[in-house]
Amino acid sequence: MDKRDDKNGSAGIKISRRNLLAGAAAATVVLVQTAQGKAFQAALTQAESITDDPAKVPGVPPGTLGTRSAFEKPVKTPSDTSSRTPLQDLYGTITPSDLHYERHHGGVPAIDPSKYELVIHGMVDKPMVFTLADLKRFPSVSRTAFLECSGNYRGSNDGKLRPQEICGLVSQSEWTGVKLSTLFREVGVNPKASWFLAEGGDAAVMTRSVPVRKGFDDAIIAYAQNGEAVRPEQGYPARLFLPGWEGNASVKWLRRIELSDAPFMTREETSKYTETVGGGKIRQFSFTMDARSVITYPSYPAKVEAGWIEIRGIAWSGRGKIVRVEVSTDAGKSWKTAALQEPVLDKAITAFRHLWQWDGRPTEIMSRAVDETGYVQPFLKQLLAARGGNMGYHFNPVTAWYVQKDGQVLFKAT
Amino acid sequence: MRENTIRYGIWSILAMLLLVAAVKRENHFDNTKKNAGDTLDWPKSFGFGRKASAIQIAAWDIDISPDGKGLPAGEGNVLQGREIYALKCAACHGATGTEGPNDRLVAAPDSTGKSTGAASDARRTDVRRIKAIGTYWPYATTVFDYIRRAMPFNQPGSLTDQEVYSLTAFLLNANGLWDEKVTLNAKNLPKVKMPARNNFVPDDRTDGPEIR
Repeated sequence: MDKRDDKNGSAGIKISRRNLLAGAAAATVVLVQTAQGKAFQAALTQAESITDDPAKVPGVPPGTLGTRSAFEKPVKTPSDTSSRTPLQDLYGTITPSDLHYERHHGGVPAIDPSKYELVIHGMVDKPMVFTLADLKRFPSVSRTAFLECSGNYRGSNDGKLRPQEICGLVSQSEWTGVKLSTLFREVGVNPKASWFLAEGGDAAVMTRSVPVRKGFDDAIIAYAQNGEAVRPEQGYPARLFLPGWEGNASVKWLRRIELSDAPFMTREETSKYTETVGGGKIRQFSFTMDARSVITYPSYPAKVEAGWIEIRGIAWSGRGKIVRVEVSTDAGKSWKTAALQEPVLDKAITAFRHLWQWDGRPTEIMSRAVDETGYVQPFLKQLLAARGGNMGYHFNPVTAWYVQKDGQVLFKAT
Repeated sequence: MRENTIRYGIWSILAMLLLVAAVKRENHFDNTKKNAGDTLDWPKSFGFGRKASAIQIAAWDIDISPDGKGLPAGEGNVLQGREIYALKCAACHGATGTEGPNDRLVAAPDSTGKSTGAASDARRTDVRRIKAIGTYWPYATTVFDYIRRAMPFNQPGSLTDQEVYSLTAFLLNANGLWDEKVTLNAKNLPKVKMPARNNFVPDDRTDGPEIR
């Protein structure tokens, strides 16, 4: 790196140190031409290469890895157990892999792919072990679908919540892997098997019971995400992926599947991912994610000006396709149908937009999703009434945004 | 007339050519149907992977079912469990399992230890929202399974089966569900009647407009 200050000088690359940004982006590599005409590469952060006039200096040459612009800083918000996707900073429907939400129960394990093995046993004809290489030899499938934690809801009274805090435990990727049904046929699942245990190889050795029919229907053992190997936080080197179902059941770092004729009643599916629904009852095995939508622009902390505003957001349903998203700009008094961005995929995030001319008077804007089964995203009050006043998992209320006179947008519960 | 016939004939030929072209075009460009399936029939078995040995399965097969299937030999008692708890669990779950900072483990169904009358039932409902072992967990076997696979958080899988039995006995006792004088083992653990067992109902949501 010292060569950058080589007495022969570099070929016109002026390093603007005053533009050095704190906590600068990952290092990129700059080609430096010496007097001898020999090219060598010197590490240079993208922030360091920011100049007053980019048209007057050669830019950064091709590199081994692309980088995010030093001017863009979307970040997840981590807690002890999860990390939330910055929905308000994203466009379209695919979540960049490094911004996919995280939820794990014993940290992210480091698993050597050459040592990875998946065991399938229990009520099967042939108990089998598959290495990662084995999994990749089977016929493959790719599917774009959302993944959402069933605990994906936050509210507040002061309105200072971004979509990230309210429902940032949802993300979307293109997942690639082998269908679980392919492996089920390979091991010969006993027709009497009705449940399977999915177990992870993380420090929590996370377990969930899943109905066998889901395994035959559309479950995937995914080893790739958005065109590359699954990220460690998402279950590298291989995970279960259950389209449309609560994220917890899509066990990451999958190492074992045991076929059985009854659920295993693991800690996650009894004491954790269950919800009180009134009358002292606790609902269990509530896998499907109900339809939901959220306006991501304008949303807190945005401040808008009167005039034309394209209201943008995302909608999704674990039951199938989104058929309609309705938007209200008058606090729910009237609703208009938003435009859906094609393609609208099954159990996938669908982008919507609605053009609005704001007259500058305070109002509330909100959206509600309708899926192909006729389910209409409920208001908070409807949900509370349906569940005996209880909140908890599978809470998908309409999210409203209050637009103040000064243009400041604030979260408002419905 | 003859001219008309010729004209008619030319048009017919042209129409046929267009039709052929259209069909050809369809064959050529519309390959969605063609590629929807796979090029070959799938074999009964691909033959990838290897047979799982009994030893490998046994090493990983640690789950325990509500009927006790999978519980190991050995036993534990409340006294030893209390000592292990103070040493390895109290820092996260509190001295008595109620203080946290992490998950609350202990809550008796009723502070008096008895449940009589409507007022008491209301309290039971309230306390049930606390997701403690005594108020929310439907199966005692799950306590053993979870401790053995994932606890203590900083040393998962480090406890012996006897230690797990003892911790389970201690936690059940603290929740008013186990007699301090009785040792806990594979036979009697599945028989513990958990207060919340009958509160659990399967998901009753259906595909459709109903909000549940």
